Amino acid sequence: MSWEDLHEWLPQLLVAAGGTLKMTALAYLVAVVAGLTIALARLSRRRMVAAVAGWYVELIRGTPALTQLFLIYFGLASAGIVLSAFTAAVIGLGLNYAAYMSEVYRAGIEAVHRGQREAALAIGMTNALAMRTIILPQAVRIIVPPMANYAVSLLKDTSVASLISAPELMLRARDLSSEYFMPMELYLLAGAMYLVMAYPLGKGARYLELRMGQGRVAS
Amino acid sequence: MPDDAGRRPLVRIVGLHKRFGALEVLRGVDLEVRAGEKLTVIGPSGSGKTTLLRCINWLERPTDGEILINDEPIGEKRAGGRRVDMRDAELARMRARIGMVFQRFYLFPHLTALDNVAVGPIKVLRQTRAMARRDALALLDKVGLAHKRDVYPDMLSGGQQQRVAIARALAMQPALMLFDEATSALDPELVGEVLTVIRQLAAEGMTMIIVTHEMQFAEDISDRVIFMDHGQIVEEGPPHQIFHAPAHARTRAFLRAVIDRQVYPAATS
Amino acid sequence: MNAGAWERFAAQFPYLIETLLLGAEMTVIVTLGGFVVAVLLGLAGAGLRTARLRWLRALGTLYVDVFRAVPVLTQLFIIYFGLAELGARLDPIPAAIIGFGINGGAYLTEVFRAGIEAVHRGQSEAALAIGMTPAQALRVIVLPQAMRVVVPPLGNFAIGLLKDTSVASSVAAPELSFRAHMLVDQTYLSTQIYLTVAALYLAMSLPLARLVRVIERRMARSRVA
Repeated sequence: MSWEDLHEWLPQLLVAAGGTLKMTALAYLVAVVAGLTIALARLSRRRMVAAVAGWYVELIRGTPALTQLFLIYFGLASAGIVLSAFTAAVIGLGLNYAAYMSEVYRAGIEAVHRGQREAALAIGMTNALAMRTIILPQAVRIIVPPMANYAVSLLKDTSVASLISAPELMLRARDLSSEYFMPMELYLLAGAMYLVMAYPLGKGARYLELRMGQGRVAS
Repeated sequence: MPDDAGRRPLVRIVGLHKRFGALEVLRGVDLEVRAGEKLTVIGPSGSGKTTLLRCINWLERPTDGEILINDEPIGEKRAGGRRVDMRDAELARMRARIGMVFQRFYLFPHLTALDNVAVGPIKVLRQTRAMARRDALALLDKVGLAHKRDVYPDMLSGGQQQRVAIARALAMQPALMLFDEATSALDPELVGEVLTVIRQLAAEGMTMIIVTHEMQFAEDISDRVIFMDHGQIVEEGPPHQIFHAPAHARTRAFLRAVIDRQVYPAATS
Repeated sequence: MNAGAWERFAAQFPYLIETLLLGAEMTVIVTLGGFVVAVLLGLAGAGLRTARLRWLRALGTLYVDVFRAVPVLTQLFIIYFGLAELGARLDPIPAAIIGFGINGGAYLTEVFRAGIEAVHRGQSEAALAIGMTPAQALRVIVLPQAMRVVVPPLGNFAIGLLKDTSVASSVAAPELSFRAHMLVDQTYLSTQIYLTVAALYLAMSLPLARLVRVIERRMARSRVA
């Protein structure tokens, strides 16, 4: 690997890393919103709704993200719904992580003592209002640290989207490696770039874990 | 123990220092304990009593000084003028003969009362399971807990746990027992049952070093009492002297403070 | 969706399922191999992380921090394509087992360390005090207690690994996902084949998840902790 090579690669890899970050952020957003929806559905009193949400979580967690991406990208295309690889990746990874995050929400909500909800209902709140103003704010301490850890693994899992040719870091590294025949250099470089992105994120997650771990939820 | 145990000290501590970072917990302790002697160490918290005890079986590594058990240095060996760490197995062999009872019991939660007592003989002394269990049951009986043989520690009261812990130490047939505030973590009504067991051991002639806040008990049981403060031995002597005619002002101040707090001497019996 | 595709799928089903089952078998092999390597490296890593010597601890931390921050796909590419460039060509299956093993080892290092640290220091002191060597204290007293903390994340790791092996298809390891891509290339039946693949993964991961839960429950009951 010469300096010229590096000079050639780095700008391209940096742009691709931007794609990785964008994909991570968008998929995370999808996961946070969809995850809460699924969690609330699982806690629903309507048994059918709760059951469907439960199946969704089981099915998604029981199969690889890669298979889900292929179904969304190639499967939907064969049914006439053509998504860009990037969109398919955002939706696929987002819905995949939503299943995992719904469990985090659920654990957080269930950790808040039943009496809290009853007290809120007793002063005339609706279920939804009690959830929003009383329960979720208390559940946050339990929810946030694992959610932050999911951001780190999502960042890494976006690499899988390269296998449906979604534009991100690993895809660019692969393309360059087939052009220059220097896979070791390029993948080490890509690995270093993931490290630079994921390491601070992981440290941040750890910090949140320590800070939030100190307080206790009212019981 | 060797038959001349009466003349030679079982424990000899020379120039013991222990620092934790900037904090100097032991500042030059010299001490000898004869076989069969019952020595009590008293003093305010932070005076270094517990650290002294933990150095004796090398759970704490001294910063400086030497500890000899039966004339054999523990923890380190001299090799050509240099000090070399003992091998793990050698250290373990020496520790096996020194029983220790912890303030917080530290029973093994995944083993029954009986197996807590038997695990040392089985794993360390390589005794057969049947033999170790039989002896362990006898020891549980001795501390009044044979009926709890199959019970796990979390189902035992604090006093019962501590009695099992004493049996666990005795199972190794120690030449010396160290008691580190063995009753401090107990509810007041459970203190007596543990002290009774220790008294019984004393009557049988066991050599022991006891760190305790139970002053009446210390006075009853000890051959000799040491008062420590700020990492040094301030005063030592027979119990009646230390408790009723202490020579040092610091000893007097400490005893007065303790006796004001404990309803001395009625707290223990 | 065209009905013709499903008919073609039905007609070719015996051949398709036979090929996919061969792949599933390889998925199990890669998962098992990766799991064993990961457990061994995780134990070694936890040993480093809890070592007395500072530089050993630093080495353990480095291992964990680096390998947990880089995607396993990237690590696989380095091991498979990168090493081949340097003349050390590995077959896809060993490359995948090594890659998942090293990656998983970093994760399990933290799991095992947490397990060891969850056991109170007094436990090993009490074991040392009755004359056990440090190695005995670890084996007889600390590890059995640490198991309670370790088994749930270890089980989840195994389930995650089973699914992650799908990524090994990208280094041409002939496991389930790789076979599926080949069949899709031959038949263009992407929806049908990937749904079948999803069902096969479920058929492996759900029983595994059940097994993990049974072990957890049994451990919660017996205190051998």
